Amino acid sequence: MAKQTKSAVNLVNFGRSESATLLRVEDLKLYFRTTKGVVQAVDGVSFELGRRRSATVLGESGCGKTTLARAILRLLPRNVHTFSGKIVLDGVDLMPMNDEWFRKEIRWRKISFVPQAAMNALNPVLRVGHQIAEPLVVHHGVSQDAAFKRAVEAAKLVGLPEDFLSRYAFELSGGMRQRAIIAMALLTNPELIILDEPTSALDVLTQANIMNTLKKIKREFEMSYILITHDIATSSELADEVIVMYAGHIVEHSPAARFFKAPLHPYAQKLMASVPTLREDKELEFIPGQPPSLLNPPKGCRFAPRCPKRFERCAEEPPLFSLDGVSVVKCWLFAR
Amino acid sequence: MNLWARLQELRRYPSALVGLAAVGLLILMSVYAVVRYPYSEAIRLWRAGELTWLEYPRNAAPRWFNWFGADLPETISVTHERAKALHAEDLGGGVRRRTLSFSCDFLNGGGFPKELALFYEATFTRTPPQAVLTWRTPDGREIPIGTQVLRGGGRYIISADAALVKRLGGRPPHEALFAHPAEPGKPLRGRYELLVDLFTFEPQSEAQLKLIVYGQVHGWAGTDNLRRDLSIALLWGAPIAMVFGMSAALILTLWYLFISAVATWYGGWVDALVDRLTELRMILPLLPILIMVGMFWSRSLWIMLAVLILYGVIGGSKNYRAMYLQTRSLPYVEAARAYGAGNFRIIVRYLVPRFLPLTIPAFINAIPGYVFLEASLAVLGLGDPVLPTWGKVIQEASGFLYMGSSYYYWILLPAALLFLTGVGFAMVGIALDRIFNPRLRAI
Repeated sequence: MAKQTKSAVNLVNFGRSESATLLRVEDLKLYFRTTKGVVQAVDGVSFELGRRRSATVLGESGCGKTTLARAILRLLPRNVHTFSGKIVLDGVDLMPMNDEWFRKEIRWRKISFVPQAAMNALNPVLRVGHQIAEPLVVHHGVSQDAAFKRAVEAAKLVGLPEDFLSRYAFELSGGMRQRAIIAMALLTNPELIILDEPTSALDVLTQANIMNTLKKIKREFEMSYILITHDIATSSELADEVIVMYAGHIVEHSPAARFFKAPLHPYAQKLMASVPTLREDKELEFIPGQPPSLLNPPKGCRFAPRCPKRFERCAEEPPLFSLDGVSVVKCWLFAR
Repeated sequence: MNLWARLQELRRYPSALVGLAAVGLLILMSVYAVVRYPYSEAIRLWRAGELTWLEYPRNAAPRWFNWFGADLPETISVTHERAKALHAEDLGGGVRRRTLSFSCDFLNGGGFPKELALFYEATFTRTPPQAVLTWRTPDGREIPIGTQVLRGGGRYIISADAALVKRLGGRPPHEALFAHPAEPGKPLRGRYELLVDLFTFEPQSEAQLKLIVYGQVHGWAGTDNLRRDLSIALLWGAPIAMVFGMSAALILTLWYLFISAVATWYGGWVDALVDRLTELRMILPLLPILIMVGMFWSRSLWIMLAVLILYGVIGGSKNYRAMYLQTRSLPYVEAARAYGAGNFRIIVRYLVPRFLPLTIPAFINAIPGYVFLEASLAVLGLGDPVLPTWGKVIQEASGFLYMGSSYYYWILLPAALLFLTGVGFAMVGIALDRIFNPRLRAI
């Protein structure tokens, strides 16, 4: 199976040269050991991301989106069972690197991360300005005061007023805290920012505000983004490419333009059909059943038990099929 | 969040104010003790032996006993300068006779003096001066006491003169000489005089006398069996208890805060090791260890403190471990990991500061325990051989206590001070706990 995936990946280059690739993930596996058994949270994921491209990872809760982000950043919990595959950043495989090197050279220097519970991701005993400045102090040995000054600039970019920086995290609203984290992510000018549901748990106005901030940043800074979300509207605003995950697998990877017009994978189609639209009056769809347990995932296509288009071949696990050289789909329907 | 602002919340708790007053009193006592009797001076006085304390009464109660209607006499000291010269004549051949009156107003009806003594300091070359002593009571009776040869310096303990006791009908002189003629069980109030006929036999011979009527009360703390003023021990007990309790509590509280953070952050075998060591400490009996140290090595307070701290730093704290286990997986710690903060930075800037406020009540609450431990060791006879401490006063007193003994002040005051320490710190600690531990906060 691993071989198949690898060969499939080589087909997908989005028409750009190898040097344009910033991040290449190959057959990434991250399994957790629990009392009930081994959870295959990320199971053989492969994709590529070009420079100055933004990809959004879509999927329902528990499909492995966040675990994928954490695996890229090597933020592993203590109960790791398997952590294997290749993560190549700028042509360098990160997997063999030791933890200390990874901490010093990759985290925030190359890859920034806006964690899922960004609202609670601020140290309660640090002033927000010092908190934003932390990566500079950690990675560049900048003095607290100099770093604070840089933090003020970064805060301006995300629309965080200067006087907020001398406050503590609990004195800030959720949106302001989110801005602080985003400012922190921008501070060291990384090549890749991974945003894990940056707008969840915010009210719609604040969401819109943060989205505008992110769009502005995307325009102004030449960085790549991985945006993890289950909010299709959010992803349509920012993404150049869409990656859909289901039960620990990537089931579709398409350019955004194509995806939002006509998704390929039956799961992605169902996902799109569940989104309310403003202008047409349509019946919202849902997918019957529930995602499979990752403790003991079904053999064959993992979506098959819920798939309206399943047929005999679905009992076998499908490889990634390339379509038109721009999309990959993990579905037998696209077999040639 | 501001620490000072939160400490100011203490004002809302009346019990905390009482506790703060008690702690403040102890601190004032400590400062006063150190200023009044510098360390070496306090130790010198406490270890000086009876000779330094000859002019103090033995086992006198505190003066404030009289507030409760006891009317006990204080010590009266009549120096040579204050004595009245009644008569002086030259008897020829270098012999001189002077008559001096040492008078004292004995006005307390509640009890007899404890003792009666005449201190003297005589100079002569061959023949020592002699003093013929007569006791004159307020009602005009004159009782001959006897003749004393004044050889150099010394004291004539009138109350212990066996011949005098016999002449007075077997009654101790300090009672018989002061007794009311009609009611022998009570003292007669008024002015007493010791008439001294001082004979010197050489032209250069001279003698200085001093009469001391030992009282039954002394100072605010009384005296012990060695005539030492207990106020020195009680005052100095405060700084010693504070330093002992605070240093042990501070070092161990901070150690537990830090080592538990390190252990839970690294997890795995580090955590297991520290946790096993914690359990080891929990089953190791502290008191027997300290008793053995006291018996076989040293009873020095500072060595005991060092052993106590060494014992304390075995392992960490189960409470902190539980709190850190929860905290280490909070989003903000994860975020710190994500932006590449190192282990040390996470421990020092993310984990420890979160619980630093909680250590303030823990520190305050831990102090009395260590103060009591030190006192317990002293009561068990393992007190510092040099320093005066509350526990040692109790231990020394315990040898003289029996039912019906009137020495209860001796044990009462150090015990009260220990009690004050315990209650004072506990009241502040409980209020601080309410302030810093939101779950205990009343709405």
